[in-house]
Amino acid sequence: MKPALSIENLTVSYRNGSSPVTALREVSLEIQPGEVHGLVGESGSGKTTLVLAAMQHLPDQAEITAGSIQLDGQELIGLTQDEMRAVWGTQIALVPQDPLSALNPSLKIGSQLRELRADLSKAEARKKSIGLLEMVQITDPERVAQSYPHQISGGMQQRVMIAMALCMGPKLLILDEPTTGLDSTTEAVVLDLIRDLMHESQTATLYVSHSLGVIAQFADQLTVLYASELVEHGPKMELFEQPLHPYTHGLLDSVPRLGENKHEIQLRSIGGSIPSLGDLPPACVFAPRCSVAIDICHEARPDLESSGVARQVRCYRWEEIQANQVDPRQPPAPPPLAKSDSAESVLKIEDLEVDYDQPRSLAKWLRRSPPQSVRAVDKVRLAIGKGETFGLVGESGSGKTSLAQAVIGLVDPAAGNVELFRAKLPSKISERDRKTLGQLQMVLQNPDEALNPYLSVGQSLARPLVLLGGTNSEDEIDRLLEAVRLPSEYADRYPAQLSGGEKQRVAIARAFAAIPDLVLLDEPVSSLDVSVQASILNLLNHLQRKHGTSLLFISHDIAVIGYLSDYVGVLYLGHLMEVAPSRALFDPPYHPYTEALLSALPLLDPKASQERVRLQGELPSPLNPPTGCPFHTRCPRFLGQICVEQTPPWQEDETGTSIYCHIPLEDLREEQGLVFAMRKRK
Amino acid sequence: MSRYILRRIGFLLLTLLITSIIVFGITQVLPGDPARVILGREAGEAALDSLREELGLNDPLPVQYLRWLGDFIRGDWGTSFSTGVEVRPLVMQRLGNSLMLAALTLLIAVPVAIALGVVAGLNENKTVDSAVNVSALSVVGLPEFVTGILLIEIFAFRLGIFPANSSIRPGTSFLEALPMLILPALTASLVILAYISRMTRVGVIGEVSKPYVRTARLKGLSQWSVTSRHVLRNALLPTIAVIAISFGWLISGLIVVENVYNYPGLGRLMIFAIDRRDLPIIQAVAMVAVLAFALANLAADLFSGYLNPRIRLQ
Repeated sequence: MKPALSIENLTVSYRNGSSPVTALREVSLEIQPGEVHGLVGESGSGKTTLVLAAMQHLPDQAEITAGSIQLDGQELIGLTQDEMRAVWGTQIALVPQDPLSALNPSLKIGSQLRELRADLSKAEARKKSIGLLEMVQITDPERVAQSYPHQISGGMQQRVMIAMALCMGPKLLILDEPTTGLDSTTEAVVLDLIRDLMHESQTATLYVSHSLGVIAQFADQLTVLYASELVEHGPKMELFEQPLHPYTHGLLDSVPRLGENKHEIQLRSIGGSIPSLGDLPPACVFAPRCSVAIDICHEARPDLESSGVARQVRCYRWEEIQANQVDPRQPPAPPPLAKSDSAESVLKIEDLEVDYDQPRSLAKWLRRSPPQSVRAVDKVRLAIGKGETFGLVGESGSGKTSLAQAVIGLVDPAAGNVELFRAKLPSKISERDRKTLGQLQMVLQNPDEALNPYLSVGQSLARPLVLLGGTNSEDEIDRLLEAVRLPSEYADRYPAQLSGGEKQRVAIARAFAAIPDLVLLDEPVSSLDVSVQASILNLLNHLQRKHGTSLLFISHDIAVIGYLSDYVGVLYLGHLMEVAPSRALFDPPYHPYTEALLSALPLLDPKASQERVRLQGELPSPLNPPTGCPFHTRCPRFLGQICVEQTPPWQEDETGTSIYCHIPLEDLREEQGLVFAMRKRK
Repeated sequence: MSRYILRRIGFLLLTLLITSIIVFGITQVLPGDPARVILGREAGEAALDSLREELGLNDPLPVQYLRWLGDFIRGDWGTSFSTGVEVRPLVMQRLGNSLMLAALTLLIAVPVAIALGVVAGLNENKTVDSAVNVSALSVVGLPEFVTGILLIEIFAFRLGIFPANSSIRPGTSFLEALPMLILPALTASLVILAYISRMTRVGVIGEVSKPYVRTARLKGLSQWSVTSRHVLRNALLPTIAVIAISFGWLISGLIVVENVYNYPGLGRLMIFAIDRRDLPIIQAVAMVAVLAFALANLAADLFSGYLNPRIRLQ
């Protein structure tokens, strides 16, 4: 059988001033019809370049210097734009990462689908487009066809993109991180859809992702890219069972798996950061970060060697790794301090409510009608003990950021109390004194925007030292940099010269500068690559251990939350649904929403089994929140009228888990099996 | 959409109200006493007083403002201080002339400018782009009286195709006036051409790199479909706003071009009125200019709303 896609020895470089930068080096891969090929790589690995090259849609400054790309036997390199136009859409289709920006904001969905079928009459094209929307399981295709992209949810937008890609029955479908921007429960539904569609069709698929968990569900074959180089390739099961390249090991080890906690398992982070393409290590690209690198690894580039049937690896020591003679895994981080059950609570939040006023029209303003408001946080109560980590998990629109902003003093709560060491915190940050400001610090999600680009790292760190700590010496700055494992010469660098992970380290150093009692972390690792994520999580553990700092850690990723936290709060539509010690979070009973979150997470083990609990419908508008239990409109365990009419009680079990639900805990425990079954990590 | 239109019209009325206060206020603080202007330097104090009383100049300012606004809305724009003719027919006739010239100018400039902008934008930093940029900038750098005189020299004196003098008579129809309109319209076009085309270029560059354009290309659509159906719809929003502003300038600010060609438009009427401190004409021209400006912007807003649903659907 002819492969649907065959890439051989592809080398792509970018012109960059005088010196060209290599983005892909001699990469080969083959995809048979009906096969799903997973491509894993972090930022800077060259996976985007590979996708664009396969589509022959590289930017102008890119140049294919060697290799061949054949689609169903037809050579694509060298085809003109006009010739490619006949291939695009009909033979190759792409589903990109961010569906909203990939759809024209000013054209209706229906019209963007119909233009693919210029060969059909208008009525036929319309019928066909409605049929496509039905195929991707959109329940009201007519309404969606009449909508503009921003009027439908992210999950719907991605279904539309999938419908578009499958419209002409392409030979090759490229899915480029198709669910990365979606909430986890939405992601689960879209992944189900993709899986079903893949089952039915004979289309060859290239599935690109940074997430091994997602790839584990789909791929037949797996290719791992690192810094422009193909480092390992093979059938998925074998690759997960016995990875041979130290980088593949590192990738698998650096992600916390569902159910793991820092007190039981220490993440093995890969040290250092991904090299930039302009500055690649001369021999093995992974050697500087590798724990088993030997002299030759720094001297000559290893060849891609065959390590088994359909398996290849680019490492000098793969045979020793296979024979268990060397352990390529990174050393685990030291375990965190055992949690003390000291009663002293650092932060106490009682019945906190945050409202946002809707903009009023001029007429309403003149009539002085009161502004309509949206409740972002509703009656949240929680307490964080000294040295404890409280994890807050929720999807977009759950109010997790609003809660953090109310605590730090950036938004004024409508009601409720926030106490720091039993003293009421003034709600506005301007009314807090220096001492309080020093006690409470925050780290934001996006380190690119959180650091002033015109201040050097040293200057950024000096400000909290002077303002809140009362000291400013270069020694102090060195000490801070060392604490976040950055060399002291970084004090003179500017944010633009740092990688994402390094910037986040600086942001964390800044937050810890005045040795605060509580640090709020709003999705601090979400924008970072997997291999960098683990080192930041380990760093947070290290700093917490050193200073006894309490952390309020906010994330959409329940595996990360479960790993890092002592207690976990699950937030939905501004309401806490469940508060549980992290040890009990992964065992029944769960709140039905927690159950859906757990079952939505792509597991990092192709052999693990997982119950499928999927949420139907969309997140209700906060302008018109559901009565009774906020979750009743989407609850898979909906009881009946009682959920609509009455607010549920808080029920607590012997493990300390509190669940906000009408269903008795015994019933929940009985009905809910373990939503996931997984083998323990070796 | 109708809600959106109503809102825009509401804003338009508010704008007009505020500008009417400003126009009235500014004419109040201009030096010179209208009674003295009307009666001349030799008039006696008694005559001046009685005229002031008659004109209502002794009333409190808010009363004067409301009376002026009421008269203006009813169509009574007063009589010119300096010539004694009724202001409204004069201004309306000049407005007609200005509209003809503005229409022809936009008809020439807009398609050419957008085409140039799109070509430049699609070929960012390539030779075509630099060529368009350099030529557009060198034209816009020349003042109108230079380009105007150059055009007269070539087309009127050397080739003799169009007249050098465009002083059309009152009541001339558009078609009759057309030969005389072409040179001033070309001159004005050259001024706004670079402006509009650069705006289009920036808009196109901003859009072509967006992912949805890649989606459109990867559907296998032709370059023409990608540009016209996908890119322009979003890229033209700033251009539309610039065209509306240019229109306002063409109506009331075209003083140099009108002077070079001796064209009887609103701009020259304004200069004439300012020279003579002819308050009723100044006020009327200013109000008409503001109205033209505001209507052009309303049209631009509505068109933008039509092109881009996010504007009208909020």
